[in-house]
Amino acid sequence: MTTLETIVETLGLKCKCCWEKLKTEVKGGYAGDLLSDVMANSKEHDVWVTRQVHQNIVAVASLKEHAGIIIVQGAQPDSDTLAKAQKEGIPVIVTELSEFEVVGRIYKLLHEQD
Amino acid sequence: MKKSPAPSEVYLEGVFQLRGRDFVDAGLVSSRIKNSLKNKGVPEDTIRKIAVIAFETEINIISYAKEGTISFYLLPDRVVIEAEDSGEGIENIEMALQEGFSTADDSIREMGFGAGMGLPNIRKFSDDFEIVSEPGRGTYLKSSVMLNGNYRAKDDQDDNA
Repeated sequence: MTTLETIVETLGLKCKCCWEKLKTEVKGGYAGDLLSDVMANSKEHDVWVTRQVHQNIVAVASLKEHAGIIIVQGAQPDSDTLAKAQKEGIPVIVTELSEFEVVGRIYKLLHEQD
Repeated sequence: MKKSPAPSEVYLEGVFQLRGRDFVDAGLVSSRIKNSLKNKGVPEDTIRKIAVIAFETEINIISYAKEGTISFYLLPDRVVIEAEDSGEGIENIEMALQEGFSTADDSIREMGFGAGMGLPNIRKFSDDFEIVSEPGRGTYLKSSVMLNGNYRAKDDQDDNA
């Protein structure tokens, strides 16, 4: 089983909120910045990799029951985003890495476990 | 225009008011609808579809209307989302239903909305879909997801569960 914690530790990411939820299992992932695309195509227990930082990403992750959100390329979530994520219990993780690299490494991690 | 179901066949219903441009609370109505249906034991695959439909409907009202309402009904054979708004309406519904077509301004696009996927998503996830719009007045939308015999309400179920 791959957890968010495994991903955070292996890739050297930084968790900004909801540390207590890092034991959550990650079953897959979805990458995208168009919210409608993510709503339509992502799945429960996915980790969502995005460049979006405003609070509506929390609404999407919560509705879709994502394991967590990873914000890439050094972008920082708005303070409203973190407050909402705390309330909804959605881990928000940040990294300087590019979306391409994050996705590639998570994919490898998830499939090494197969 | 509005044809709400007869009260006798409704297991659960709710009505929510929305204000245009209120992106702070975007997703709240969908989340409430989703949780209500979950508490009623509605099958997961139906809830997943309704969550997308409700969210896109909510974003459409917030993005383009002055104000609007979203209602939902749990009926013996389906879940219905019904929305009515007052606002700019839709000039050309056929075009609005094409993926990629959007009249969104930059402020909406910057948030990751306005990609022209909203109405196509609603239609895609609906088993039954109708939309009527009057430019300059507003839009009415009704979407149903069938339960396909996978749900039976129990008399002893608590409405507030």
